[in-house]
Amino acid sequence: MREVAVIAFAQTKHTGHDEGLTEPELISPIIQEVKERSGLTRFGFTCSGSCDYLAGAPFSFVSALDAIGAWPPISESHVEMDAAWALYEAWVRLQHGDVDSALVYGYGKTSQGDLHEIMTLQLDPYYLVPLGLDQVSFAALQANAVGAEPGELREIVRRSRADGRANPYALDLPDPGEEEYDVHPLRPMDIAPMTDGAAAVVLAAGDLARELVERPAWITGIAHRTEPHYLGVRDLARSASAADAARAAGVGKGPVEVAELHAQFSHEELILREALGLPPGTAVNPSGGPLAANPVMATGLIRIGEAARRIIDGSASRTVGHASSGPCLQQNLVTVMEA
Amino acid sequence: MGNRCAVIGVGQTKYQTKRRDVSIAGLVREAALRALEDAGLTFKDIDAVVIGKAPDLFEGVMMPEAYLADALGAAGKPMMRVHTAGSVGGSTALVGASLIQGGVHERVLVVAFEKQSESNATWALSTHLPFNASLVVGAGGYFAPHIREYMRRSGAPDHIGTLVAVKDRLNALKNPYAHLKIPGINREMVESTPMLWEPIRYLETCPSSDGACAMVLAAENKVTGTPAWVHGTAMRSEPIFRAERDTVSPQGGKDCAADVYRQAGITDPRREIDVAEVYVPFSWYEPMWLENLGFAGEGQGWKLTESGATALSGDIPWNASGGVLSSNPIGASGLIRFAEAALQVRGRAGEHQVEGARRALGHAYGGGAQFFAMWIVGSEKP
Repeated sequence: MREVAVIAFAQTKHTGHDEGLTEPELISPIIQEVKERSGLTRFGFTCSGSCDYLAGAPFSFVSALDAIGAWPPISESHVEMDAAWALYEAWVRLQHGDVDSALVYGYGKTSQGDLHEIMTLQLDPYYLVPLGLDQVSFAALQANAVGAEPGELREIVRRSRADGRANPYALDLPDPGEEEYDVHPLRPMDIAPMTDGAAAVVLAAGDLARELVERPAWITGIAHRTEPHYLGVRDLARSASAADAARAAGVGKGPVEVAELHAQFSHEELILREALGLPPGTAVNPSGGPLAANPVMATGLIRIGEAARRIIDGSASRTVGHASSGPCLQQNLVTVMEA
Repeated sequence: MGNRCAVIGVGQTKYQTKRRDVSIAGLVREAALRALEDAGLTFKDIDAVVIGKAPDLFEGVMMPEAYLADALGAAGKPMMRVHTAGSVGGSTALVGASLIQGGVHERVLVVAFEKQSESNATWALSTHLPFNASLVVGAGGYFAPHIREYMRRSGAPDHIGTLVAVKDRLNALKNPYAHLKIPGINREMVESTPMLWEPIRYLETCPSSDGACAMVLAAENKVTGTPAWVHGTAMRSEPIFRAERDTVSPQGGKDCAADVYRQAGITDPRREIDVAEVYVPFSWYEPMWLENLGFAGEGQGWKLTESGATALSGDIPWNASGGVLSSNPIGASGLIRFAEAALQVRGRAGEHQVEGARRALGHAYGGGAQFFAMWIVGSEKP
């Protein structure tokens, strides 16, 4: 495949409440930031990820085009998925060989509604939605299937929040205290916080990447897989699609210094560590991960951006970024990046 | 544009107001199975699935690719969901083609659908604050002023829209999948229908349809049967609120056409393209797009329509299938244009086949006439 790298990454200072900014206002500064970091002002391709249901309106992505200044008209596409899949679409487009750069962005304001109830509408509308399962309830089914020790989950939350406090872009959340269950075995701390935010990435191919930055984060493998929708036909304790994507992306072909995992519930980290076959020495979610900031639709892209950033800044030479979509980790995307 | 790519299978459902006999999953699966059958393949031969549809609010299912993975045989494979407003069907084909042109996969299933009977599209298309003032006018209310401006600029007489409405519905009578089949359709009938959004009368608008369309795309080494080769692909987008943008003949449409013609080596689309499937949801968009896509000079598009050149018997048939005016499962409407273009150059369009069609344009647009997706397909390898 053609050599393609992440050469710039920017994200908002995510907030746990509505700052009163519209989506275009959230995006605009970070688009400016990745343009400055990459030195590019025009891109061969642009792709974004967002979800109308967060805004409660159709075509919520349309006004984002005004924010990015799509003039003269640009070659552009959009996925109604986490922006990690927008990055994948852009990576594929760069494989054609006729364009050398791409802008990718994603954004989400979960403050505008009740995310956990909205996610119910992602289920089969005929057989599952009428059951009224919200996102926390179906995640709890999976947490039960994993059968994790409470102490193990608490340690994941403690570490994620501590790392999040050290990350200027993540939320400032305290060490976990004593909490009642939300839905057994999940407590409120096990659940990613409501977050507003956005992120942007610039991809560049071959010589252009080398020319623009000292240490491009080369994408040496990227793959994604889905699996059956119905929770009853899956082994919820495992993630076959994450394992397949990890194999296809070549995670196991070398050491992994940092893995940023799209775990929106503490127990998902356990499933994903196993599925990706991460060695014990891998630093998982040193940014704090989704448990410290979860701007839905950008969270997966931020995982790739955070993993890339560590290569670009020289602190790591092989990292993994992971993104997920659908109930109980139905769909998974794995990216391996190397210096 | 990377590796060669071809359409080797096309599948469509019958388009109609309400498909009460199938679920959403049943609807998309019907189109997918027909495309696979056309290609002589099964789900297990497919490497990846790309699905597109217009806003999730139409059916009330958020990110339906999760729910539809099983019905489309996607479990264990990559699956993506595209959404670029009304152009989404076209974009879905382009994302699928991109996977092959980029050398990532060899056989990709692309599917697009809408089950409009699950909701009210005019409500779902009436965006509200903070995106713009709530007029609750739907797409027709939005586009009518653009049409009036076209009439003012070009001096087109009032009856041109009527001619398109009749022509496309006559074509629909020859298409077994078309939704609106109106025997005896003529100008008087169209002109006797109520004015909805001046100058758009009831029979000058598209219907609300349930339906799905699917295609199997293949890399050169996996081509079987009669392929439609992809000669060019392009997407363009522009901002909706840019003050100086021309909403009557958007720059994005011109640039997108120029890009796809360049790839296909086309310099005179009127002569070098044999048939075009163009997204015309309101009759007047035929003359408007004839100009925007370079088939006619500025202000001349309506004359081409009036001369009969775009009829099935004309020298450049537009929407031989009956077009969006005859079938409109919104999210699928763009993909249907792309698929009908492929059917034409494969010689598989049945009664509405344009004799000897060798090169065809598939076109879709969306948003406030700001998103464009196009491809050129041909019977010969590029």
